[in-house]
Amino acid sequence: MAETMAKTKQVVLRTEQLKAFYVLEVRGIQKIVKAVNDVDLQIYENEIYSIAGESGCGKTTLLKALFNDIVPPLRLLEGKICYRINDEEIDVTRLSKEEKRRLRMEYISFIPQGSMSVFNPVIKIESAFADFIGSHVNERNRAEIFELALRRIQELGLPSNVLDVYPHQLSGGMRQRVTIALASILNPRIMIGDEPTTALDVVVQRGVIQMLMDIQQNLKNTIIMVTHDMGVHANIADRIGIMYAGKIVEEASTETIFAEPVHPYTQFLINSLPKFGDKSMRDSVPGSPPALSDLPSGCPFHPRCPYVKDICRQEMPDFSQLDENHRVACWLVGEN
Amino acid sequence: MEKLLEVNNLTKRYAQGNVLARISITAVDNVSFYVKPAEIFTLAGESGCGKTTTAKLVLGFEEATAGTMLHNGNTRSRREKTWLTKGVQAIFQDPFSTFNPLRTVDSYFHETVRNFRLARSKKDAIAHIDQKLRLVGLTYEDFAGKYPNEFSGGQLQRISIARALVTDPKLLIADEPVSMVDASLRMSIVNLFKRLRDELGVSILYITHDLATAYYVSDRIAIMFRGNIVEMGTVERVLMNPRHPYSQLLRDSIPQADPKKRWATKVTLAELEQEEYLRQGCKFAGRCPDVMDVCKSVVPTDIHIDDVFVKCHLYAEEKK
Repeated sequence: MAETMAKTKQVVLRTEQLKAFYVLEVRGIQKIVKAVNDVDLQIYENEIYSIAGESGCGKTTLLKALFNDIVPPLRLLEGKICYRINDEEIDVTRLSKEEKRRLRMEYISFIPQGSMSVFNPVIKIESAFADFIGSHVNERNRAEIFELALRRIQELGLPSNVLDVYPHQLSGGMRQRVTIALASILNPRIMIGDEPTTALDVVVQRGVIQMLMDIQQNLKNTIIMVTHDMGVHANIADRIGIMYAGKIVEEASTETIFAEPVHPYTQFLINSLPKFGDKSMRDSVPGSPPALSDLPSGCPFHPRCPYVKDICRQEMPDFSQLDENHRVACWLVGEN
Repeated sequence: MEKLLEVNNLTKRYAQGNVLARISITAVDNVSFYVKPAEIFTLAGESGCGKTTTAKLVLGFEEATAGTMLHNGNTRSRREKTWLTKGVQAIFQDPFSTFNPLRTVDSYFHETVRNFRLARSKKDAIAHIDQKLRLVGLTYEDFAGKYPNEFSGGQLQRISIARALVTDPKLLIADEPVSMVDASLRMSIVNLFKRLRDELGVSILYITHDLATAYYVSDRIAIMFRGNIVEMGTVERVLMNPRHPYSQLLRDSIPQADPKKRWATKVTLAELEQEEYLRQGCKFAGRCPDVMDVCKSVVPTDIHIDDVFVKCHLYAEEKK
């Protein structure tokens, strides 16, 4: 897989010093929640990139920003979000509302966590498909749209009668698969998933992950997803970015992240996981994650880090490039 | 052998649908298990397998359709309500809905102390509560006068465990206690269960869908599927060498945090849950890779091999 990636390493989505903060006013006092704080990402064509981190680390906000859905109280303070559309790089934050709308579903689509609220409960799935597709594809009649939907549903191995029911008649796993089918129906180049398998049972989760990987292989597009389950990352991702307190702190190929994690936070995440056949004592990450509105100075992980030094308290480290794919932001690197 | 809790042939049926098309769903079907003193017993399975209903029945929240429950060898009667409320305590899934957001957290502790007359004075009560909080790594000063929203999810879950410990229970019933807690903090809760078992001799009925923490923490495990316990035994036997085809599927479907162990095969998913509940014979027959003719019509019996109970026709031959 590494070889094929090297050949087709075309950047499809790129961010530059992205800062997206929630600016709130509570009783006249301004409160700034630094949810996405200086994030540089390069995501390639034909890969599955996944972002890991604790709840409240800003990973969902990062996805919102990547989806170019920045609405108050979330504000873009600095930086660019660039998509590569028809071999041309476009800074999408400058597009008009209508242009943004056109990109959605056709170029970039979103898979949310709880699919319960995706579909209108009082209309049938078929009409929901017609609504979504109809707003993007002009001059198609209902029959054609229905045919398109039916073909995709069958390709993905779902029973064809799912179009003819109301959302509550589907089980959670089936509803999530129908949502994914809907998100992929216009063959988008990028699909963004926010914990797409989290609320599901393990066997169903496995089915949904299979389906996401099948879609990605057929369309040769890019999936960017967020989940807190390291087991899901290990099974689906080509590359993983570890996020802590609004920043990416380590990024590498899946194999490297699991085999040679460098950042102390990543090491905790990997080593705290219980494994079958090994009952030895495992510790969780000490302490609790910082509030994004009141970040500690320097490296935000320093209050929980067992290897903390003076410089960690004062300055945020820059990225060190360990090899072509592996970068990490930690003062420990390059020391020994 | 001493048994703290013994459940025999427990059954719970729910009616579903309207007057014209009523069907009865057996949520818990003839379930028998026991919990020994100072052990962690896990009930594992996917949603809709009946594990939470079993917890509710054991806690007395729901009335069983059939079956008996013995506590310390005694049948449960109304007179034994004290044992049930004082000796058995519950921990729930979502710590944020366990506590009323408009009440301070410490009021729950004081209320429990008052209800069971566990202390003579306010000072005694505080000392008692502080002792329980220290078991979970907190102190009375940390939490007095605070509201639930002032704690993180992990802290609040530890507080609800401390709350359960106030009455010095023998058995804790923990229904998905870690599924709402961040993966990075999950181990702190699970390690706490281990300590309670080893240091205080508390038994825990741990209800979860997370087989990895179940393996890590528990002594014995029962795998449930559509209301039945399909396999039961020590965690080493059941999870390292699952015998029932459903246990095998469940075990293989856990995403392993190791990119070298990705899934090689594909799964087929159930299309309709209800169909599986109403199925004659083995409920897993519709998806089982080793299905035989007998599975579709005859309900398998519990087969005892190697200290493990398996509800599967595949092992009927071996027994003879």
